[in-house]
Amino acid sequence: MAELFDMGKHTWFVWGSYAVFFIFIVAELVLLGRRRRTIWQRLSRIKRMNSGDNNET
Amino acid sequence: MNINWFKYASPASFYPLAGKMIPWFAVPAVILAVIGLIMGLFILPPDFKQGESYRIIFIHVPAAWMSMVIYLAMAFWAIIGMVWNSRLSSMMATALAPTGAIFCFLALWTGALWGKPTWGTYWVWDARLTTQLILLFMYFGYMALHAAIEDPRRAARASGLLAVVGAFNVPIIYFSVQWWNTLHQGASITPTKSEMAASMASVMLIMAIAAWLYSIAVTLKRVRCEILDRERHAAWVAELSTEAK
Amino acid sequence: MKPRQKRMTIILGGLAGLGIVIALVLNAFQGNLVFFFSPSQIAANEAPEGRSFRLGGLVEEGSLRREDDGLTVHFYVTDTAQRVPVTYTGILPDLFTEGQGVVAQGKLDGSGHFTASEVLAKHDETYMAPEVAEALELAKGEMPASSSLVQ
Repeated sequence: MAELFDMGKHTWFVWGSYAVFFIFIVAELVLLGRRRRTIWQRLSRIKRMNSGDNNET
Repeated sequence: MNINWFKYASPASFYPLAGKMIPWFAVPAVILAVIGLIMGLFILPPDFKQGESYRIIFIHVPAAWMSMVIYLAMAFWAIIGMVWNSRLSSMMATALAPTGAIFCFLALWTGALWGKPTWGTYWVWDARLTTQLILLFMYFGYMALHAAIEDPRRAARASGLLAVVGAFNVPIIYFSVQWWNTLHQGASITPTKSEMAASMASVMLIMAIAAWLYSIAVTLKRVRCEILDRERHAAWVAELSTEAK
Repeated sequence: MKPRQKRMTIILGGLAGLGIVIALVLNAFQGNLVFFFSPSQIAANEAPEGRSFRLGGLVEEGSLRREDDGLTVHFYVTDTAQRVPVTYTGILPDLFTEGQGVVAQGKLDGSGHFTASEVLAKHDETYMAPEVAEALELAKGEMPASSSLVQ
């Protein structure tokens, strides 16, 4: 198994590139998912406020 | 067939359409990336001169291509948005920027880690590397300017202008290796020739297509966020949120 | 300051910052627009005299000579038309061999001898498996020198 990942004296350069690449792509997806959740939370807040107004009138 | 394209120019009708489109890009992107990674990292032979380090090309070149293509797409949507005053086009431009900036940074990072074992240095101020660094600053400038202006219309106009100005940098990046003496080598693959073994070139193209599909999927996801954010007081969004997420 | 003015100041400051960064980068770049000079350009006296610049070309076949200290090397850089003798003491990049592209930073002395302080390898855009390269070499007798530097 270790042999499979061995890139000779270039191991650090090759895996350093691929690892950072992967981290950034995952980070982008995680941050995007988080943004989506925050927006939905805000939307349901707006909705609750609106229905609250309706009750008062 | 007569599809009313303008119908989809409205955020309200594009929002569900984009949602339906995402899996059609995301799923093939994952499949192609897995195939490309296995081939590129474990199956293909090393290069005759560079040995194992050339394997960085399978992420370096797609990242560099995407950083340029996405900037041009960003400028394109910004122009459409400004000329026809279309909100959705401006949102598309905004949604593209972070993905482009990430690919731009990754092109620089993987390039540095590839430059050290091959050239003998992480960085030089040659024409290719310098213009690519400027592209990263243009992305940062675009995003910062857009975030700094509160009024969405004015934000779109100001940042759109910056996107258009910066677009002139893109052909300079691409042709820099032909116009000037650079440490960076010329293009291995152009529309007319290929200096790569067919097996290596096809893996690079698989990875490039995966990067395209990923970029489209993630941009559609982000433009949906953008739409919800800006239209949060619209009636259709209120109806949307009464249903399940 | 009103919030509106404050925001305007931040935006203008940010844009000015971006402008300054790009100006600085372009300034660093300007000196490198001609990233390296070829031996022919040096023969035509186009290279700067008395100050450091970069020399680019191919390491001439059969010209590489190593000194006993194991660190100092002598070789000729050629663009197939002209050649420049180079001396360098230090660690060479892995890709450095005869027939390979090279970019050396250093100074030219009065006798046309180039003393390098840094040597970088410039590789071309060809990629293939070692077996393929060997087969090609057998077929052609000898691999022709890369032409990418001479274009």
